Amino acid sequence: MNVITATVDAKGQSCPGPLVSLAKALRDAQIGDLLELLATDPGSKSDVPSWAEISGNELLDKSEADGVYRYVVRKVV
Amino acid sequence: MATIAERIDDSSTLVDLLQRVEALEAAQRGKIARKNKMTIIAWGGDLDRIWPTTILATTAAASGMEASVFFTFWGLFAIVKPGVRITGENWMQKMMSVMNAGSAQKAKLSRYHFRGAGPAMFKKLANDRQVAKPEELIATAQELGVRLIPCQMTMDLLGLKREDLLDGLEEPIGAATAIAEMRDAAVSLFI
Repeated sequence: MNVITATVDAKGQSCPGPLVSLAKALRDAQIGDLLELLATDPGSKSDVPSWAEISGNELLDKSEADGVYRYVVRKVV
Repeated sequence: MATIAERIDDSSTLVDLLQRVEALEAAQRGKIARKNKMTIIAWGGDLDRIWPTTILATTAAASGMEASVFFTFWGLFAIVKPGVRITGENWMQKMMSVMNAGSAQKAKLSRYHFRGAGPAMFKKLANDRQVAKPEELIATAQELGVRLIPCQMTMDLLGLKREDLLDGLEEPIGAATAIAEMRDAAVSLFI
């Protein structure tokens, strides 16, 4: 069972806030750790997958509920 | 069908093969290895230029890319320390600094400036949407390891000294070094 090691709450932040918050949290994480990102920025729907592709980290899951986007990312690099 | 070993047994094929390898090697020598890197030439010091410049630089660094920003001409005024007022040694340089108030905080809009009302509205909207301001993004960029590099020639031209500029910048460089930065970057922009 994969356990989320940290939650990054970037609700309310606009571009590039959520990604900067996520990148900062990833610096303190270990390879293989799962991080959860919460955002309300609709731009994150395309930005988080792009970020995963550029950075080489893995986007495991994305979902939306009540206007909040939730992403689960695995630190690979 | 003959195997590779059987085919290169024929000496004419071997010569052909060696020639092809040489041609490939020669072509490879002229190629430039591009890194997972973004280089931005920050030419504009306007708010509507320095803002996207700092957004792109921080996002590249947050995505694990190497990133560098080369500040030249009006872009240089955006990295003047907030407290520094008049810079330069002669009246022309001093007049330039009065017309281009230093620091990202004081950056003007290229259009709809309206004596500062435009930027104030822009920043109010940005605040409401939690969009980080350029000066905050510059600090974030430095924290994420973006290399901020001033242009030596523009510094000399405008009479800007190292101590007039923000702390933590790279050593000032010239055009050739800026080109070297762009040459090996997968993404290069002029903003």
